[in-house]
Amino acid sequence: MSDQERAPAREPLWEVFIRSRRGLSHVHVGSVRAADGELALLSARDLYTRRAEGVSLWVVRSSDIHASDPDDKDMLFEPSLSKPYRHAGYYAIPEGLGHL
Amino acid sequence: MTAGTTRGPDIGSLLPTYLLRLGDDALILSQRMSQWYARAPRLEDDIALLNMALDYLGHARALLTMAGEREGRGRDEDSLAFLRPESDFVNAQLMELPNGDFGRTIARLTAVAIWHLALYEGLAQSADEALSAFAQKAVIECRYHAEYANLWLQRLAGGTSESARRMQAGIDYVWPFAGELFCADDTVAGLAEAGVVPDPAGLERRWLSAVTPLLRGHGLSCPAVSAGPAPGRSGRHLESFTPLIAEMQHLHRAHPGATW
Repeated sequence: MSDQERAPAREPLWEVFIRSRRGLSHVHVGSVRAADGELALLSARDLYTRRAEGVSLWVVRSSDIHASDPDDKDMLFEPSLSKPYRHAGYYAIPEGLGHL
Repeated sequence: MTAGTTRGPDIGSLLPTYLLRLGDDALILSQRMSQWYARAPRLEDDIALLNMALDYLGHARALLTMAGEREGRGRDEDSLAFLRPESDFVNAQLMELPNGDFGRTIARLTAVAIWHLALYEGLAQSADEALSAFAQKAVIECRYHAEYANLWLQRLAGGTSESARRMQAGIDYVWPFAGELFCADDTVAGLAEAGVVPDPAGLERRWLSAVTPLLRGHGLSCPAVSAGPAPGRSGRHLESFTPLIAEMQHLHRAHPGATW
């Protein structure tokens, strides 16, 4: 019997996000394998908060994350770099108008 | 005590004994759980079990230090942990039980965590300030232990027929040792009367009313338990205690006075 036939199904992968005491948003810190969300939270707590990093934990199934393709980087992000007229700061405020 | 006196229990002599019991409970449990190191079924649980063992080590350090100070014989946490002979350890035998398989480990953790929640919540109201302060901090860690045990209790009991069998076998093996926790000898009775420790009968009721629906709710049967003999509290231990103590103490004894 080959190893492939005997290998048990792997537990799903979860991405871990932590908000630190002084932070405003959750930051990605790594991943854990766990059978379900509750166990994933416990594992994340044990593996990623040993040094008092955070006050809030999120775990998300990796398969639920839709990520942009690195090859599409130019198509998605370059246009906003080369069109300054899209930004309010590009425009000079006429005198006498005060604040906009 | 002579007839005719109205003097209350001598807290000064009872408290060190009591602190030693709790300290030994934590120390021996920590040492035993540490034997999962690099042997747990999954990496995540290896770290979880060792994290909890370190929590217990922290409790042991605080409790043994307090015991040594109150005793006033110059013994500190290290001399109490590493230089006492086996028969001087007064932990409950529940704490020294070999880990067994993961199911038995979760069974013991369930019994201990729920006991600690009841005990430390009670001790948080202790008339002794230092003990109260310790318990208020320790109980927070015990909530995590209870949560971890609960999640695995549920998954093992409700998993496959093998996991359910092993989980029930773990409960059946461990539960008879829980009776020792509720021992109400003169030491405990005296301290309870003085408001230093919670009433043992009340703790037993709290523990039973927590574990019975918990186990049944997960489809497990709950063996009957009541306060029983307390061999561990008198320094009588199981055969497996000897190698545990030897492994824990040999390094310290081989190099007296050494520091890292």
